[in-house]
Amino acid sequence: MDLNKKFTPETWPDHPEKATLEAKNKFVGFWLFLGGETILFATLFATYLALKNKGPSGFKFSTQELFELPLVFVMTLLLLTSSLTSVYAMYHLKNYNFKKMQLWLVITAFLGLGFLALEVYEFVHYIKLGFTFDNSAFSSAFYTLVGTHGFHVAIGLVWLTLLIFRNSKRGLNLYNAPKYYTFSLYWHFIDVVWVFIFTVVYLMGVIG
Amino acid sequence: MSSVAQKRGFGATLWDWLTTVDHKKIGILYLLGGGFFFIVGGIEAMIIRLQLLTPNNDLVSAGIFNQIITMHGTTMIFLAAMPILIGFMNAIMPLQIGARDVAFPFLNSLGFWMFFFGGVFLNISWFFGQVPDAGWTSYASLAMASEGHGVDFYAIGLQIAGGGTLLGGINFLVTIINMRAPGMTYMRMPLFTWTTFVASAMILFAFPPLTVGLFLLTFERMFGANFFDPTMGGNTIIWEHIFWIFGHPEVYILILPAFGIFSEIFTIFSRKRLFGYSAMVFATVLIGFLGFMVWAHHMFTVGLGPTANAIFSVATMAIAIPTGVKIFNWLLTIWGGSIKVTTPMLWALAFIPTFVMGGVTGVMLGTAPLDYQLHDTYFVVAHFHYVIVGGTVFGILAGTHLYWPKMFGTMLNETLGKVTFWFFFFGFHLTFLIQHWLGFWGMPRRVFTYMDGQGWNSANVISSVGALLMAIGITVMVYNIIVTSIKNVRVANDPWGDGRTLEWAIESPPLFYNFAQTPLVRGLDTVYIEKMEGNLSGITPAEPVQDIHMPNGSFIPFMLSLGLFIAGFGAMFRTEEPWGMAVLVIGLVWTFAAMAMRSLKDDLGYYVKKEDILKDMKRKGGQK
Ligand code: HEM
Ligand SMILES: [Cu+2]
Repeated sequence: MDLNKKFTPETWPDHPEKATLEAKNKFVGFWLFLGGETILFATLFATYLALKNKGPSGFKFSTQELFELPLVFVMTLLLLTSSLTSVYAMYHLKNYNFKKMQLWLVITAFLGLGFLALEVYEFVHYIKLGFTFDNSAFSSAFYTLVGTHGFHVAIGLVWLTLLIFRNSKRGLNLYNAPKYYTFSLYWHFIDVVWVFIFTVVYLMGVIG
Repeated sequence: MSSVAQKRGFGATLWDWLTTVDHKKIGILYLLGGGFFFIVGGIEAMIIRLQLLTPNNDLVSAGIFNQIITMHGTTMIFLAAMPILIGFMNAIMPLQIGARDVAFPFLNSLGFWMFFFGGVFLNISWFFGQVPDAGWTSYASLAMASEGHGVDFYAIGLQIAGGGTLLGGINFLVTIINMRAPGMTYMRMPLFTWTTFVASAMILFAFPPLTVGLFLLTFERMFGANFFDPTMGGNTIIWEHIFWIFGHPEVYILILPAFGIFSEIFTIFSRKRLFGYSAMVFATVLIGFLGFMVWAHHMFTVGLGPTANAIFSVATMAIAIPTGVKIFNWLLTIWGGSIKVTTPMLWALAFIPTFVMGGVTGVMLGTAPLDYQLHDTYFVVAHFHYVIVGGTVFGILAGTHLYWPKMFGTMLNETLGKVTFWFFFFGFHLTFLIQHWLGFWGMPRRVFTYMDGQGWNSANVISSVGALLMAIGITVMVYNIIVTSIKNVRVANDPWGDGRTLEWAIESPPLFYNFAQTPLVRGLDTVYIEKMEGNLSGITPAEPVQDIHMPNGSFIPFMLSLGLFIAGFGAMFRTEEPWGMAVLVIGLVWTFAAMAMRSLKDDLGYYVKKEDILKDMKRKGGQK
């Protein structure tokens, strides 16, 4: 593939994420990978539900007392918005507008970073309360589920940063367009998982 | 770059193998790696049978016995059977669909090296004297009570190897979805390709639960988590569910590719097309689907209650239906064929009754009330060896003889192959048939010895003698491999003479780009169709000769896997050894550096020039 081939918005293909065989492979492969990730999170959810509120005798923590919805609500807003901004970025990718795509991706990254910072704050807060990882079955399951999601966000941020900087000088081509596109798939996936965490862990924890 | 074989130094050859992304070479690497672990696991098996030869034997201690059975099971399933099957998938499947390569050559190589380093990680535990000893199923209550780092070696080693398998699965799926030659519709794919497809899909959905389970176990043992500890609110049954949600699909991941190999063998050596092709495909998919619905038949005695037991019991028995469909189709493929009893065919013929016996005992075990009697006895040991050895291992040995000429360009000796077969076949039934009765007579599995006077003595002697016969058979095969490799008599495209699918229409071994021109597929058994119509090359090209795009080799997969390996050690010793933490950090940094290198450096591959391809074609007198 010729990296130096220059495109204009007119010659740029409608589906740059699937324009070459490599890109098609990446596209299908990544969807399959996300299928596997779905099962991974499903297993973590099942474990969490089985161990929710369970602890040693005299255990004093429960979802009702621990979780505070306003904080989680802000986190949700940040992450959902970041999904939206990544959609804008993909819109510009399809229109061959590199600058705007990068801009929206930078915004996406900052929103993701905000989410992660709040999650760290939340965890630190719980730990100060004595709700540590090794405190109970409930705490282990909680940190593992939510922490795995947070870890995915962190990986996504590193990935995005590398993408933005690596390609900042050379613009869009058919080699890196699929990379951007798979990133956006990943980011949406993380977002969907968070919606489930928000519902199952936090909402059902506080209300249920 | 030309494909003409050049004489190269040892260093260059080694470098080539360490960096290769060629699916055929990776297939050979899997075969070698898996073969090595198969020998290791076999030696462990021999020690088990030696220990159980007589009552009150003290050849090995109870503790070491637990280590040996654990490592035997883990090694055979994760490091021998599965990798060897993946080796065949790599070596053959892309040829069968007329592809020049797999979808993700880099990930393919990464998958191999992760398997390799994971396997080494597990087995290095022997040198630390801290060996996994909680069984290959590593039930949480045993795993938590296990002292030293044995179970940590299990959890981390399998984590690394399992990650590699997952990558391999995704790679095969995308290869089959996207890279089929023109005309190769799904319903024209050879059965081995189909079973590769379904087994890969099962890998994709079964391995993530294993990943989670192993992480939970690692956190529990090394980072103070409490998933399984009842005194902290945990629940030890969670592990059993997670493990078997992975574990039952896993046994079908092991058997389906073997089914595929046998299907190929039956058609080739009965010289007939497969009977009921579409029913075979349907049965394969159905087995893959049902395989996810039956995990709790391993947990009938846990106390899930009669409703759950009844549901899982019925679901379990349902699997016998598509399996039966397959058996009948194979029989009807042989029926009326002009049969050639070669070594691969011998294995295939022996497979049918053997596997049926394993299936029948499976249905017996799937009957929940009966399972209360049979669970954790030697009956279960007999059952799973009938299906895994009689199915998967027979399939592997058949495949080794069948595909050896395609992979290495020389035939294994047929006489020695038959000697191997008879020793192994008799040895196998001698070892495991009697174990059904041992189970009925109440001998529990996983005991390191038994007392005299319970009527178990002679049965155990018979069993151990059988194991010796199997070992002799395998030794003959190793001899066969060495001798024929030294003689190295080269063979033509289709050494069996009756190949029906694309892999038999190209050189043995194929050139690194497989097909000079992508073939046009005109039906099921396309090569057979072409030959019947007088096209002796077996292939109608779908394109003119033109430049071919190929991927670059890479050393990163090796380095990345090595990084994970190092990090695993650091994680294990991070608190008790002064160097632990440093090694963990080095390993992680190493891994991430390798990943970053991969993502920062563009890898665009290269082109094989048209002139070179024409030269190859002339020299080989190959397809026109
Ligand atoms: C008709 C098909 C089959 C049925 C109905 C069946 C049923 C069962 C049942 C109910 C058990 C649990 C026994 C117990 O622990 O009490 C079992 C164990 C086992 N089966 Fe099968 N099975 C079938 C085919 C297979 C195949 C094809 C394989 C592998 C290739 C396999 C491998 C195993 C293994 C490894 C175990 C023992 C696991 C352990 O506890 O270590 N089975 N089977
Ligand atoms: Cu099972």
